[in-house]
Amino acid sequence: MVELALPKKSKVGTGKTHPKPEGATNLKTFNVYRWSPDDGENPHIDTYYVNLDDCGPMILDGLIKIKNEIDPGLTFRRSCREGICGSCAMNINGTNTLACTKGMSEVDGDINIYPLPHQPVVKDLVPDLTNFYAQYASIKPWMQTQTPPPPDRERLQSKEDRAKLDGLYECILCACCSTSCPSYWWNSDRFLGPAILLQAYRWLADSRDEFTGERLDNLEDPFRLYRCHTIMNCANTCPKGLNPAKAIAEIKKMMVERQG
Amino acid sequence: MSMRTPLKNVRSLGSAKNGTSHYWHQRVTAIAMIPLFVIAIAYVVSLVGADYDRVRYVLSLPFTSLVLLLLIGAVFYHMKLGLQVVIEDYIHTEGTKMVLLLLNTFFCTIVGLASALAVLKLAFGG
Ligand code: SF4
Ligand code: SF4
Ligand code: FES
Repeated sequence: MVELALPKKSKVGTGKTHPKPEGATNLKTFNVYRWSPDDGENPHIDTYYVNLDDCGPMILDGLIKIKNEIDPGLTFRRSCREGICGSCAMNINGTNTLACTKGMSEVDGDINIYPLPHQPVVKDLVPDLTNFYAQYASIKPWMQTQTPPPPDRERLQSKEDRAKLDGLYECILCACCSTSCPSYWWNSDRFLGPAILLQAYRWLADSRDEFTGERLDNLEDPFRLYRCHTIMNCANTCPKGLNPAKAIAEIKKMMVERQG
Repeated sequence: MSMRTPLKNVRSLGSAKNGTSHYWHQRVTAIAMIPLFVIAIAYVVSLVGADYDRVRYVLSLPFTSLVLLLLIGAVFYHMKLGLQVVIEDYIHTEGTKMVLLLLNTFFCTIVGLASALAVLKLAFGG
């Protein structure tokens, strides 16, 4: 059965409120989810105050400032700080997004930060995405062909065919969409989820790939593909403005098309 | 700690190689139900206040019977497909899931056939 309440050890309590920085007038409050595998305690929310007059504009800047100056134990992933690596995906005020491209000024009032929903937590804001990455590997995200590449040049693609990859190639696999999808929450062991299905479609839509049929065979499954019920959370949350629901609809169309 | 690789779990038993006909049948029955419901409701409205014999007579006309039989077929097949998805979404205990899926199939078949039988009895003046 689907669990409606959190397990006892996952109930979130109130944690520590760190003191306000002295002399600062322009403060932003950060309420951040904390959990450590080492102390056996329940998760809790710690509160920090960030001096906006001495901080970059993005939410990631705030988190880095907290880690540098207030609490070095605070754990989160980040790398590029420009929305291209997908590391800093987290749930900010109820929406999955990238901390590095979300401005503090976009949030009225307190900033509430949780890890991506419905994934095991490694520590604090770091989710365990092992299953997500394995699902990505399962769709064989590389070009598959029977024809060997031309000896003297790259494989050619017309401009029109290249344009079919727009809206797909930009995906940075941040997992914001998949972890916002209720179907993925209940069935992530078998449903591939919006991110991986968008990636699968990226290869189905590639004019140079010759394994379209095999790729469709691999997806033709009541769970892998057809758990998507067009709830559209994925398209609403994608920080890159992509539409995984549309890519999934295109896959379903191909499935029907090859029936006759 | 599991000694299996994550990919082993994801690939699991492989693709079931079906799902498209289920998806397609659900759409087709949904579309079919629109005109059928409109006609059926028009009949109901036109029969408001009519006496028992008149209702029996109208329901036994070939066109009415055909519409009602098609509607019953579409509704109960659609219901079976839809409830199946809900059960698969939310029930993760294999045994319970199997039992509920069977009950769903039996229920929709029995109630659907009973409804069809009622229409046929009227049509053939039973
Ligand atoms: S589709 Fe958007 S939200 Fe989903 S993984 Fe790709 S970039 Fe992230
Ligand atoms: S459209 Fe499909 S993949 Fe996207 S959130 Fe809804 S169910 Fe999930
Ligand atoms: S740090 Fe790379 S996407 Fe945010």
